[in-house]
Amino acid sequence: MNKSFKPDVNAETVDGGAHVARPHDSAIKHVTGKAIYIDDMAEPAGTLHAYLGLSTRAHARITSMDLARVRAAPGVKLVLTGGDVPGINDISPAGLNDEPVLAEGEVKFYGQPVFCVVAETRHLARKAAQLAQIEYEDLPYATDVVAAIEAGHDHVCTPLTLKRGDVDAGLARAPNRLKGEMRVGGQDHFYLEGHISMAIPGEDDEVTVWASTQHPSEIQHMVGHALGVPSHSVNVQVRRMGGGFGGKETQGNQFAALAAIAAKKLNVPVKIRPDRDDDMSITGKRHDFHIDYDVGYDDDGRILAFDGTFAARCGFSADLSGPVTDRALFHADNCYYYEDVRLASRPMMTNTVSNTAFRGFGGPQGLIGAERVIEEIAYKLGRDPLDIRKINFYGGEGRNLTPYHQTVEDNIIGRIVEELEESSDYQARRKAIVAFNENSPVIRKGIALTPVKFGISFTATWYNQAGALVHVYRDGSLHLNHGGTEMGQGLNTKVAQALAEEFQVDFAMIKITATNTGKVPNTSATAASSGTDLNAMAAVNAARQIKERLVDFASEKYSVPKETIVFEPNRVRVGNQVFSFAEFIDQAYMARVQLSAAGFYKTPKIHWDRATGKGRPFYYYAYGAAVSEVSVDTLTGEYQVDRADILHDVGKSLNPAIDKGQVEGAFIQGMGWLTTEELWWDDKGMLRTHAPSTYKIPLASDRPRIFNVKLADWSENREMTIRRSKAVGEPPFMLPVSVLEAISMAVASIGDYRTCPCLDAPATPERVLMAVERLKAGA
Amino acid sequence: MSLSISLAINGRQHDVALNDPRVTLLDLLRERLDLPGTKKGCDRGQCGACTVLVDGRRINSCLALAASMDGAEITTIEGLAEGDELHPVQAAFIEHDAFQCGYCTPGQIMSAVGLIKEGMAGDDPERVRELMSGNICRCGAYQGITEAVLEAGRKAAENAQPQTGNPDTGKDAA
Repeated sequence: MNKSFKPDVNAETVDGGAHVARPHDSAIKHVTGKAIYIDDMAEPAGTLHAYLGLSTRAHARITSMDLARVRAAPGVKLVLTGGDVPGINDISPAGLNDEPVLAEGEVKFYGQPVFCVVAETRHLARKAAQLAQIEYEDLPYATDVVAAIEAGHDHVCTPLTLKRGDVDAGLARAPNRLKGEMRVGGQDHFYLEGHISMAIPGEDDEVTVWASTQHPSEIQHMVGHALGVPSHSVNVQVRRMGGGFGGKETQGNQFAALAAIAAKKLNVPVKIRPDRDDDMSITGKRHDFHIDYDVGYDDDGRILAFDGTFAARCGFSADLSGPVTDRALFHADNCYYYEDVRLASRPMMTNTVSNTAFRGFGGPQGLIGAERVIEEIAYKLGRDPLDIRKINFYGGEGRNLTPYHQTVEDNIIGRIVEELEESSDYQARRKAIVAFNENSPVIRKGIALTPVKFGISFTATWYNQAGALVHVYRDGSLHLNHGGTEMGQGLNTKVAQALAEEFQVDFAMIKITATNTGKVPNTSATAASSGTDLNAMAAVNAARQIKERLVDFASEKYSVPKETIVFEPNRVRVGNQVFSFAEFIDQAYMARVQLSAAGFYKTPKIHWDRATGKGRPFYYYAYGAAVSEVSVDTLTGEYQVDRADILHDVGKSLNPAIDKGQVEGAFIQGMGWLTTEELWWDDKGMLRTHAPSTYKIPLASDRPRIFNVKLADWSENREMTIRRSKAVGEPPFMLPVSVLEAISMAVASIGDYRTCPCLDAPATPERVLMAVERLKAGA
Repeated sequence: MSLSISLAINGRQHDVALNDPRVTLLDLLRERLDLPGTKKGCDRGQCGACTVLVDGRRINSCLALAASMDGAEITTIEGLAEGDELHPVQAAFIEHDAFQCGYCTPGQIMSAVGLIKEGMAGDDPERVRELMSGNICRCGAYQGITEAVLEAGRKAAENAQPQTGNPDTGKDAA
């Protein structure tokens, strides 16, 4: 858009620097349909299309597989089975060798890919895939987490226990005790752009793969593994994704590996794009949890002892279930101090698709367990759950140590909750709602204020590193590349803003280029909300290296002290002289100054010892709180969210517009998880909710009628993050726990608020109605 | 079998020979006419990513057979802007930060253009949300989408007052 762009060398501030609400860098392309996703790329001549053949058993031995008719079908060029994988038939991101590209001999879930057809068109490949004749011998299976525990299934990875104090003694000592259980459903990512990969064969071992992935380095690694070639032969590129949400952290490996294998075997480009039903059947989801809790508390509602077991439906393989279930435990305290505590994970093997990362990465499932306990205590004591929350907040002498022995140093939840309580008029509205319910026979209302504290950093400490590549060209324009991937979260925009601020050049001078394993190697997944924290710091590091060389050059050339050389908006001051940035850069080029740098960053301070359950896994915490108000029809269980007020902490925001969008979007998505989105497996182990016809994500009309979203503009990260901002992707996902609890309160009104409805998630109208009936029967 | 249709897309006439009568309008646009701006989300009429205007009416192009489009006038996302000048709905989507990943955006915008033309929503956010509910946004940018549609609707209403014709249909009417 800036063919003849001339930066203003007299400007007081740069255009599009840090802390401004500039639009997404691809905004114009998005609204004009010119943003290119992989399926929109012009296909090279001769491109073939792949389609997968899936198992129709939850657990079975394959006794025979006859693919002759598939091979003979019109247009078919190649049929791949597990035995055709040239390297190792495994794409386990955990390195456990438990996840084949194509199943061999045994299938472990309904919908597991067993063969792959490559044909002239997608349509022909799809038709041919239906012609396979596979015979199975059924084996025992369990698809549900509780059924898997009862059947004595293995864990898919080593469980974790976090301990502090003596929980048994604490429980025995406590004046009050409660035990309970909670079921929390999973969630499909439903990224609007499904998985897709296109592989283009090159010379020798080389292959270029375009993938819709949050983790190009892992795709590179897995493709190399499956092809039996070194990583240097595989180039992976990602321009953008049409949504990721964690669903594209590891789940693209299979598609990329198959496209690459077929492309190398046939020496033609191969593209694979599963249709929506297959995408939803084949790819992992958020883990469903079963939570057991045993809690001791005093008469004020202070939690004295907390013993929790968090069992997860992991699916047939480990994938990321280890770190996901770990993170559930890391968030089973939310904002609350437990004196004596024991938290245990049970990552259960189930005969379902292997569950994976999803925004929050187990954190939401841990946090919701803590909130259920608060709710139970409140109803038992006849108090507003908010009072119980406040009394249990971290803070004060000896009340700052988490169950994993990290000290909470940056606690601002008290101020967040206080301000939100005030701005949302919580107390008066709660009173009015209680009064309303007394005189309303059918419609009941509820309101709840819930807090969030979310730990920022990958708990796999080595993941907390990033690289960036910055070039400055002779005309003063810049090329920016970093290891993060753009999935709509505005990462590229924020990193470029940080770079613009650092160099003091207008945003428009920076070209953000597609993520490419050939430019920045050994990157981490764009996940754990860390994209900006890591990659912007790496980009700034690169900029500082270049600036240092420029300062050395100018200081010598103009014989001025280094401190008199200042980067000002689109210009550089050198002693008494001022040059435009472009002019200055050209001088540096002529003096043979290197104008390119590879930047690097690693998060300081963090360490974690899983064996002892002690350390500082998180660099810092992000906080937030929400108040939600709902109306429930007690005859049908239907409900609507009347109002939601949010106050969320993003530190000193790099881009308030993007951050606010993240908070709003996370709230809507989290609301879907807790209300309408229900995954349903039938008794044969087949996922029945594999399309939007049966799997209901929130619509525009489901949005809260009144929706007030505010960023805590006074907050600044106490740690030295990029311009004191905080990560934003995941933390707000847990704000809609307030919706679940507001529904719960509306239901509780039937029992005069004396019984906790113990509403499991998702609180579908059906489940709400069952809770209503339960309370009516109990009354 | 082969079947020929003639249709106008974004004001340009196309004569297309279909070798398969089952080709959808969406696949015709994306795979045969090099217009990939219209997206395929679910391919079963439930997400709205493939929304286009057919004779001014918004439809899911994944559920429409190309063969039934003989003589139709179709507007896709590629046909809204006039050169570098964005359609008011497009500009409003940027102004109100009405997207994140962008994948549903072409469908949302076409749906919004259709909705404004239908004149059913007026200035009522509830109506806008209800009448835009055929377009899923998984990023959850509904706040911005609603504000963008309301603003573009208001502007269209203001512009429609003194003029004849319907400015919010963009190039389609040309």
